[in-house]
Amino acid sequence: MTSSPAHGADDQAPLIAARDLHTWFELRQWGFLRVGAVRAVDGVEFSLAPGEAVAFVGESGCGKSSLARTLLGLHRPTRGEVRFAGRSLGELQGRALKAYRAEVGYVQQDPYGALPPFLDVRRILAEPLIVHGVRDRAERERRIRAALEEVRLSPAEAFLGQFPHMLSGGQQQRVVIARALILAPRLLIADEPVSMLDASVRVEILELLRRIQRERGLTLAFITHDLSTVRHYAERIFVMYAGRVVESAPVDDLLDHPQHPYTQALLAAIADPDAANATRLREVPAGEPPSLLHPPAACRFHPRCPHFMAGLCDVEDPPDFTPRRDHRSACWLHR
Amino acid sequence: MRDRTLLRVEGLELHYQTRQGAVHAVDGVSFDLHRQEALVVLGESGCGKSSLAKALMRLLPRNVHHTAGRVTLDGVDVTALPDERFRREVQWSRLALVMQASMNALNPVVRVGEQVAEPLRVLRGWPRGKALARAAEVFELVGVSTDFLARYPFELSGGMRQRAVLAMALVAEPALVILDEPTSALDVLTQASIMNALKRVKRELGTSFILITHDVATSSELGDRVALMYAGQLVEVADAARFFTEPAHPYSRMLMASVPRLRQRARPEAIPGEPPSLATPPGGCRYAERCPYRFARCAQDPPAFRLGERHRARCWLHADNAPAGGGA
Repeated sequence: MTSSPAHGADDQAPLIAARDLHTWFELRQWGFLRVGAVRAVDGVEFSLAPGEAVAFVGESGCGKSSLARTLLGLHRPTRGEVRFAGRSLGELQGRALKAYRAEVGYVQQDPYGALPPFLDVRRILAEPLIVHGVRDRAERERRIRAALEEVRLSPAEAFLGQFPHMLSGGQQQRVVIARALILAPRLLIADEPVSMLDASVRVEILELLRRIQRERGLTLAFITHDLSTVRHYAERIFVMYAGRVVESAPVDDLLDHPQHPYTQALLAAIADPDAANATRLREVPAGEPPSLLHPPAACRFHPRCPHFMAGLCDVEDPPDFTPRRDHRSACWLHR
Repeated sequence: MRDRTLLRVEGLELHYQTRQGAVHAVDGVSFDLHRQEALVVLGESGCGKSSLAKALMRLLPRNVHHTAGRVTLDGVDVTALPDERFRREVQWSRLALVMQASMNALNPVVRVGEQVAEPLRVLRGWPRGKALARAAEVFELVGVSTDFLARYPFELSGGMRQRAVLAMALVAEPALVILDEPTSALDVLTQASIMNALKRVKRELGTSFILITHDVATSSELGDRVALMYAGQLVEVADAARFFTEPAHPYSRMLMASVPRLRQRARPEAIPGEPPSLATPPGGCRYAERCPYRFARCAQDPPAFRLGERHRARCWLHADNAPAGGGA
């Protein structure tokens, strides 16, 4: 279906790659009667090089969090596969799967909900080390302190005995990041890491993630609904709509020359602070994102698209075209 | 000619009693709002902006420790009204509030149209048919198909429910609607189309708005004026054009610099430090601890200085200007 192998860097052995990835959630009535499936991830292809920072951008219900959980190995793909360092995730079991979990760090959306309220910071950070067999208490303590310093919770002693509720939102998110990093993963998945935080703290956390990513040479998959925050914190953007990647390109090229009508609509809807905004209406495509239970046929965006071509967009899935160098867009306009 | 000032707030205070002591959530807030004007109250979480909305609406929790100040709506001192009269004559009919996440507060077992029509039936005693017809008009104005009148809340998307709540606030045509983070839980496109709906309402019904938000970019979608709140106080009040281009208070400047922008390559800059606790606010300027321009005088609490027609900032850097009076 796609005209080229995958979205993303092709020249380097990828750290993680998804091929024809589908994660569907079956709906059953009375526990056994199949009545349909929610197609949360519906044919996603990409590959991420070691040390690359990318952003998956889309609105709620576009499947970006299901994609994250599929990459983490929490959902088993319905079809297609995820390969990490050359091995298919589906083959991993037992110890190999556990070892994979240590290779992938995960930063959740809501820092307060992500931290157990009855454990102090030391214990929260010790947990992954204990689970992954770091038996030496002194070694654990050393790594916990190093992790706190790395996320700029310094001096570490001041934070070790604190409980989550004693920390500000920004500090809590730093603890979540420290926990995600403590097993020295090669891939970090950050699902809306700043959406619950205040504007002045957001930048701090994004800068921190980017700095750590660079210093450690991590692959970072940053999942967000907010296109205005990605420019400085990722190198490549994947725009998702209704379970699929509709456009991908290097950050500046995507933000400055969006090709897919959905991306164009999304960018047009975002305001930069300007008093003139109050006097003009924004162009917004009619309708709402489709239900993933009954997505529209062919191009998922066609019912809302200003460039809809009857007999084509509603009949045949658009393949990935390359309208610009290193820039893919799944839209028949580029044919 | 009627006075163009719709709302005047002078020295408003709201303190809560907690185990940590009195929390000064709203601590001497003054501003005024003209007819058909939209004022943005901008601030980060915990700055007291939602408490300000509750104080204006007189929806006070039980742990209120102290209130003070005067709120004048249309020339009437509403703070002097007894609760019962305030409820009957002001709340919802003249002054409505759309609370944060209120789209989840719709009654799940009552059809949406009935709920939107309810204020008219309760406040004005309109018959059901007439109230429903008016509800349908307001539905269209805020961009909801009238087919949805007969639906239940669970049949509507989040964006549609938020519009229904908005319609409910607007249906009795209050002069002023307070919106507390009306779009913060919604997607980008839904957010933009709700802001479009608000702009249409403002133009067609001439409603005044107070938009409470932490989101600088969204605030510019409706605001004619901006009031920036920090640690229970308004640190700057200005016209939107002025605020977004040349803010006067150091916090305003730093906040603007921290906003990531889609169309600019400048890198946003974080504001170091954290806001002070509202239980133990510092004695002098509340922003001093994070302020790069701090000097000796900041140990004293700065008054609001008048920088121009309806522009004031609470900062000693502007001490060569005259202190502002009550409203701005």
